[in-house]
Amino acid sequence: MESGVFHSSYQADMGLRPTPLMRIRLIVVLVAAVVFPFFANNYQLTLANQILIASIGAIGLNILTGFTGQISLGQGGFMAIGAYSSALLVINLGVPWWLSVLLACVITAIVGGFFGLPSLRLKGLYLAIATLAAQQIIEWGIIRSPLTGGVEALVVDPPLLFGINLSRDFNFYWLGLILLIGTVLFAVNLFRTKVGRAFIAIRDQDIAAEVMGVNVFRYKLLAFATSSFFVGLSGALLAQYRTIVSFDRFTIETSITYLAIIIIGGLGSVSGSIYGAIFMTLLPAVLTNIGSALENTIPQMAGLIPFVRKAVFGLTIILFLIFEPEGLAKIWRDIKDYFRLWPFSY
Amino acid sequence: MSRGFSHVLNSSPLQPGDTQLIVNNVSLSFGGVKALHEVSLKVQQSEIAAIIGPNGAGKTSLLNCISGLYHPQVGEIRYRNGKEHILTSLKPYQIAKLGVARSFQNIELFKHMSVLDNLMLGRHVHLKSSVFSGGLFWGRAQREEIAHRKFIEDIIDLLEIEAIRKQQVGTLSYGLQKRVELGRALALQPSMLILDEPMAGMNAEEKEDIARFILDINEEHGVTIIIIEHDMGVVMDISDHVIVLDFGSVIGDGTPDEVQRNPQVIAAYLGESKHG
Repeated sequence: MESGVFHSSYQADMGLRPTPLMRIRLIVVLVAAVVFPFFANNYQLTLANQILIASIGAIGLNILTGFTGQISLGQGGFMAIGAYSSALLVINLGVPWWLSVLLACVITAIVGGFFGLPSLRLKGLYLAIATLAAQQIIEWGIIRSPLTGGVEALVVDPPLLFGINLSRDFNFYWLGLILLIGTVLFAVNLFRTKVGRAFIAIRDQDIAAEVMGVNVFRYKLLAFATSSFFVGLSGALLAQYRTIVSFDRFTIETSITYLAIIIIGGLGSVSGSIYGAIFMTLLPAVLTNIGSALENTIPQMAGLIPFVRKAVFGLTIILFLIFEPEGLAKIWRDIKDYFRLWPFSY
Repeated sequence: MSRGFSHVLNSSPLQPGDTQLIVNNVSLSFGGVKALHEVSLKVQQSEIAAIIGPNGAGKTSLLNCISGLYHPQVGEIRYRNGKEHILTSLKPYQIAKLGVARSFQNIELFKHMSVLDNLMLGRHVHLKSSVFSGGLFWGRAQREEIAHRKFIEDIIDLLEIEAIRKQQVGTLSYGLQKRVELGRALALQPSMLILDEPMAGMNAEEKEDIARFILDINEEHGVTIIIIEHDMGVVMDISDHVIVLDFGSVIGDGTPDEVQRNPQVIAAYLGESKHG
């Protein structure tokens, strides 16, 4: 709690950034995000775009798992629905790419809501297994269906906006950034109003929520649909950005990676989803760079890199679970708390 | 420093003394265990009805039947709120919409939410915003949040929890959590308030505070209250009507004085006399 900050209206008190320091930090981050692409090379831009897409997907998963407490192992499958819907709408029906992205979100929301039906009866681990079934069914459907090209990759024309090719790194960055900002604003607003509060209530104490008038089943389905909408957006963006869609990007491994992102970033935290996405995108990149730097001194290193990456990935998750289960968001909060009263922090 | 309560807390349209709740011949069993056996009782508008009885007598089971968490095998519970509703065929969230609010014996708050958010969740049935309007936080959704915040602030004043309104509930002391839970039930704007041991585990001073809040809510706002409480001193002092349960059956029903003189009740509480 900041001292010396007073509000004279409830509107000001309910603001997302109630203190001047918070607003300054936000402006600094936004300016950095706008300036970044003018100084970055293509490799850095590719990483940034991956982070933007992963952040949107992670916020989607966090709405369901972090905020509503429904563990989902179907993230990869739902992303696949978004990616394939968007690609197939463009390829087969000639829908403009931007409309295909929007429709892909809606389709994924409907599919997600459908696979949320078992949450009427199942909780916790049992629900996790049901969502694992969703993942497998979707994967199987994509490989077997004649529509999706099976194991062959789909190729989409690059998305054009007024003649600008948006699948190029520099151009896509702006699209991704705007959509991420939109997603963040939607999510933070959602969780300070009726529906978002009901989601959190279901996570914390579902019986009490029901007795206070929350139709728990309806809100669980709504959580599945809302979450899947953004997961679908992330999948559709991936399709448009890569211009190639293939099923092996959306396997159970993807689902687990996204769970790792929100655990490391912070369950039930919108900003944590972004921290987690940054961390998990940069971790393999940094390890690969370290590996190639060491190649001259340790010749075997190049062959070991993939294994080291997997080991570090696992180790990171374990360390976070033991030492900071609330993730990077909590670490950042602790740092802020420390400096709030610094240097007289007693 | 209280601003006074500027909203209507009691949402029941009935006149004081009208019959509000009728429990008719309710029996509930879990497997072979009979939790309730042919329980019948009535609660009038604007009274404080206490349900007492030894541990395991079926008090909480009865409350769970009223709030829809349990469905009795026999009998029905009727609730009058303008028109008559059969509670035994409704789901808990539908019963909440009728204005039946309750607190729990073991605190069942939303631990990771702030006190304000917990109370705002109590307003759930009165809020209208959807996923879309909430996500945009524009126009109606924002006005709605502000309007209902005013109601919540009245409850915060009433329960004297101004200092902790932004704290996470899980970090609060037991006594304060109990108070917040009472607040969350009040935020529903109840037509009937059900309190399951609101003073359990409290010291004398905290009990006095809660008793004072209960009397305020009942006398100033006219809210009907059903309370389970083990402290006989408090029960006999504040309640208008006492119902005694023992082994799932009603063994006493009347004013505190009548119940205290009832030989069956004395036997249940003190044990039967060997020579009697």
